[in-house]
Amino acid sequence: MAHAAHAETAYVPPAEVPDVELYHPKTFLGKYIWCQDAKVIAIQYAITATAIGLVALVLSWLMRLQLGFPESFSFIDESSYYQFITMHGMIMVIYLLTALFLGGFGNYLIPLMVGARDMVFPYVNMLSYWVYLAAVLVLVASFFAPGGPTGAGWTLYPPQAILQGTPGSGWGIILMLASLALFIIGFTMGGLNYVVTVLQARTRGMTLLRMPLTVWGIFVATILALLAFPALFVGSVMMMLDRLLGTSFFMPAIVEMGERLQYNGGSPLLFQHLFWFFGHPEVYIVALPAFGIVSDLISTHARRNIFGYRMMVWAIVAIGGLSFIVWAHHMYVSGMNPYFGFFFATTTLIIAVPTALKVYNWVLTLWRGNIHLTLPMLFSLAFIITFVNGGITGLFLGNVVVDVPLSDTMFVVAHFHMVMGVAPILVIFGAIYHWYPLITGRMLNEAMGRFHFWVTFLGAYAIYLPMHYLGFLGVPRRYYEMGETMFVPESAHFLNAGMSVVALIVGFAQMVFLFNLAWSAFKGREAGRNPWRATTLEWQTHESPPGHGNWGPALPVVYRWAYAYGVPGAAQDFVPQNLPPDRVATAADVDHEGVRGVAVQPAE
Amino acid sequence: MVVALILVLVAVGSVAFHLLSPWWWTPIASNWSYIDHTIIITFWITGVVFVAIILFMAYCVFRYRYRKDRRAEYEPENKKMEWWLTGLTSVGVAAMLAPGLFVWNQFVSVPEDAAKIEVVGEQWQWSFRYPGKDGVLGTTDPRNITPENPFGLNPNDPKGQDDVLVQGPEARLPLDKPVKVLLRAKDVLHDFYVPQFRAKMDLVPGMITYFWITPTRTGTFDVLCAELCGLGHHVMRGKVVVEPESEFQAWLQEQPTFAQSLARAGTGTPDINLASSEGGSEPLERLLK
Amino acid sequence: MPAPAMSPGARPRRSRVRVSRVLAVVVAGLLGGAAEASAHVSGSAAAAPGLIYLIVVGATIVLSLIAGAYFIGQTLTEKPWLPVPGKVVHLHDGRASSLPSATLGLRVFLAVVAVVFSLLVAAYAERMAFPDWRPLPEPWLLWPNTAVLILSSIALQWARVSARRGQDEGAKLGLLAGGVFAFAFLAGQLLAWQQLRATGYFAAANPANSFFYLITALHGLHLLGGLVAWGLTTAKLWRGVEVFRVQASVELCAVYWHFLLVVWVVLFGLLLIT
Repeated sequence: MAHAAHAETAYVPPAEVPDVELYHPKTFLGKYIWCQDAKVIAIQYAITATAIGLVALVLSWLMRLQLGFPESFSFIDESSYYQFITMHGMIMVIYLLTALFLGGFGNYLIPLMVGARDMVFPYVNMLSYWVYLAAVLVLVASFFAPGGPTGAGWTLYPPQAILQGTPGSGWGIILMLASLALFIIGFTMGGLNYVVTVLQARTRGMTLLRMPLTVWGIFVATILALLAFPALFVGSVMMMLDRLLGTSFFMPAIVEMGERLQYNGGSPLLFQHLFWFFGHPEVYIVALPAFGIVSDLISTHARRNIFGYRMMVWAIVAIGGLSFIVWAHHMYVSGMNPYFGFFFATTTLIIAVPTALKVYNWVLTLWRGNIHLTLPMLFSLAFIITFVNGGITGLFLGNVVVDVPLSDTMFVVAHFHMVMGVAPILVIFGAIYHWYPLITGRMLNEAMGRFHFWVTFLGAYAIYLPMHYLGFLGVPRRYYEMGETMFVPESAHFLNAGMSVVALIVGFAQMVFLFNLAWSAFKGREAGRNPWRATTLEWQTHESPPGHGNWGPALPVVYRWAYAYGVPGAAQDFVPQNLPPDRVATAADVDHEGVRGVAVQPAE
Repeated sequence: MVVALILVLVAVGSVAFHLLSPWWWTPIASNWSYIDHTIIITFWITGVVFVAIILFMAYCVFRYRYRKDRRAEYEPENKKMEWWLTGLTSVGVAAMLAPGLFVWNQFVSVPEDAAKIEVVGEQWQWSFRYPGKDGVLGTTDPRNITPENPFGLNPNDPKGQDDVLVQGPEARLPLDKPVKVLLRAKDVLHDFYVPQFRAKMDLVPGMITYFWITPTRTGTFDVLCAELCGLGHHVMRGKVVVEPESEFQAWLQEQPTFAQSLARAGTGTPDINLASSEGGSEPLERLLK
Repeated sequence: MPAPAMSPGARPRRSRVRVSRVLAVVVAGLLGGAAEASAHVSGSAAAAPGLIYLIVVGATIVLSLIAGAYFIGQTLTEKPWLPVPGKVVHLHDGRASSLPSATLGLRVFLAVVAVVFSLLVAAYAERMAFPDWRPLPEPWLLWPNTAVLILSSIALQWARVSARRGQDEGAKLGLLAGGVFAFAFLAGQLLAWQQLRATGYFAAANPANSFFYLITALHGLHLLGGLVAWGLTTAKLWRGVEVFRVQASVELCAVYWHFLLVVWVVLFGLLLIT
């Protein structure tokens, strides 16, 4: 039906690329350290993000130990507890998730998936990583600075963040703000690359609507990040001036511990507006790449075209756009003018519609599919469950009046961990199981993978589902210990202890995963070409794993969209994007031979 | 098969946990039962969707599991179905939003006859001010704050002279009377949070924020701080006692007015209410060491 | 379905007109709505104008995204699974616009910078609404500085035109003059700071001062960054590299300069009316 070959498309001459030599590294250092190849930069980003993410994971254990077993650990005092939660949140959201999705997956997949040799500005791309690394090092330095890292909460709300009553209000907050500014500068360099590469460097035949949803998700998320991070940048600079020069951007007249400070006339709410003007799009900066990637995982492993592709693209764009006019739903009880609640509640709940549509389409892709329960598929299923759960509690918190009793309680903590912690990280895991063979040429160990999956998914669910109910009870977030109250029953402490134990077990499963990553790189089963029988271009490269310059002598030519699974009349249940139309009905060998080279044969 | 079964168990287990677990909201003590109703509506709508999606997923995983001889159906999109789903979702969202906005309209409309109480937060304790006989709170300014005038009242404002100052962590409210709670912070953000009242709001230095409630049940309730305010965030506690009007008035009479406390400070008498805050002072001292 | 036969130039122009009209209508509607909302809630504790402005910034971003989606992809309604005529495959070279990548990159970057300054303006507007706002006297030096910055922009435009025509001398002269004027502007800004400080208007003294120093400093830093690119380009030209090889860089410098001039005029105007 869909692939009647037109005679005139039988052969399309590949695009000429005379400067392919440019992409070849000249030295060892040039190949692995000062590297301009997006794929190597991606690995650098991924390793750095994982390393700092491990720090945040350990912090979460310490935090859980304190919450589950208060007064049992003398080395966790109030000050270190608040430093743990702050650093855990900041690292996870920005230095791990944002960096890994955009810097890691973006760098690796964008050029390969759109059929480019590399990012359009490889040198700037390299700089982007090194600035990011500097940002991470400055962040790490704050752990060793006098007074330790900041304990202001990841939202860094002034006046508290820069006053004496908060741990790390000396060097900690200064280094934190400096690190954020560096991160934003580094990200902007990378972000320009991702956007311009998608717009300008696609290969012949790769129209925008033939791009895999992974690229769409990362592309729109990058635009969001480019436009949202400036708000955090401006806020950080202004707070830095307040801290260092004594200006009063965010600082009103304050009497701290009976002493009148020099500040006068600033507005703490202004910072909150700036922070969330960045902070809410940030949620989608993390979520949109996850949406995109999971769409591709589900489609590939269910052997079915993604259901409603165009709706999926439009939904990504719509969600991205709307995310700029919902930020103040984080501020319903901040003391801002309450009439804005009407506006922001409405826009917030409207976002639920395109988001729900995406969920339906994922599930409808499974429907009438031919589902392989591979690890990427399992992680995708788990993603849908946790994302639906977290999205639903978002409807609670977005509806202004429901937010009033629940905001600042453990309900919020449970909500955002489910929706932007667990769900995207499950996608990251699924994506790693999916693309690891492409990167290393070997499969990850299946047994370890299944152990990792079940412990992580069921464990994380068992931590965060009950946590909502602590919020209903009224347990506030960011409490070092609950202490005596008249409304929290004894059994809640038992619940807390249980969640802590599960958290430690889930943490252990991540060690198994890391071991698997290292072990399989040498001992894993050889993957062969295109082990998942996927249609997208990254699996159809000249050499496998793809080398510098990605495509050998000539770029691939794209003949169809990325979701030609189960096409009637085709020899295989998938048709790679670059398989010429005249071979669709006969190319039964594509899973063994791949279609590498098909599009690059000289015209004779 | 196993995977599909586990998916079903997750859905059923979540609902069972919701229905059977002992952890639920603490009984309400204010007029904001509307909020609870909105939450229940939201629970129903979202719960049905949640269960439906997971069960459908489990069905697909089982029914369309991999078979060598099967090929997935090639169906790029189904406009009609997607429009239907969009429409139904919009209806569901509207069904949650409409009551939410309706109740929010009540939340932001403070009754004309509401009594006033001012809550003042500082690291890490609460204090309270009542308007006194004239029913008007006197003006304040952080510049006026001194050890003798911890509330920072304007000494020249006649309306402030009769304001009743409660420096301890215990406030009292009359039963069944709407009250507008005005919130003021001296140093950093705080949040006046009484779980049983359902309502809460941040205290922001440099601003006066507010919300209103009508206490509907007598008793003593915990006041917590719900906005991270530094090391002592979790020990910033207080109490609210809701009691019948007559008892409330009797209690209010015993509290010093601004004029009285200034006079006392002048004669060197220590502020009478400091004693009541002693309970919370031990951890504070430890934090500040 | 896309219209592949159309010439590449025709489509964007037509859509730009349409998009701008739509944008104008929607922005006007939003501003009207916002003004109404602010009138409705005026007198309440929270300062609204800044927030309204922030909403407008957000809404503008939303609209730009929509407009962008429309602009880059009338193809966004294509049904990618349908067989398409081979011609499309031949014609489509994977580029969404005919601009050089560097130019597009610069434009995206300028959008980011524009957001930075818009947010500063939003913050400024929010702060101005407070009754204790005490504006600072603009140093008279800002007037000649503005003139110098305009001259700098003109010189770079001259360099740009010369480079396009392949005139080596003109490009060199224009670049040199543009750079000298830019440095003069920066020196002038520093002097203006000096003037202010001499009369006691320190950065921390009151919010208007803080904003003035912050805004001028950020603008100056952006210009300084531009001067790095300018230095590289000029050095190349001086080393004897042929003018057509640096033409693209000259173009980028000129665009960047014009952008910073516009930003400065807006910021200066804002400082003046307050």
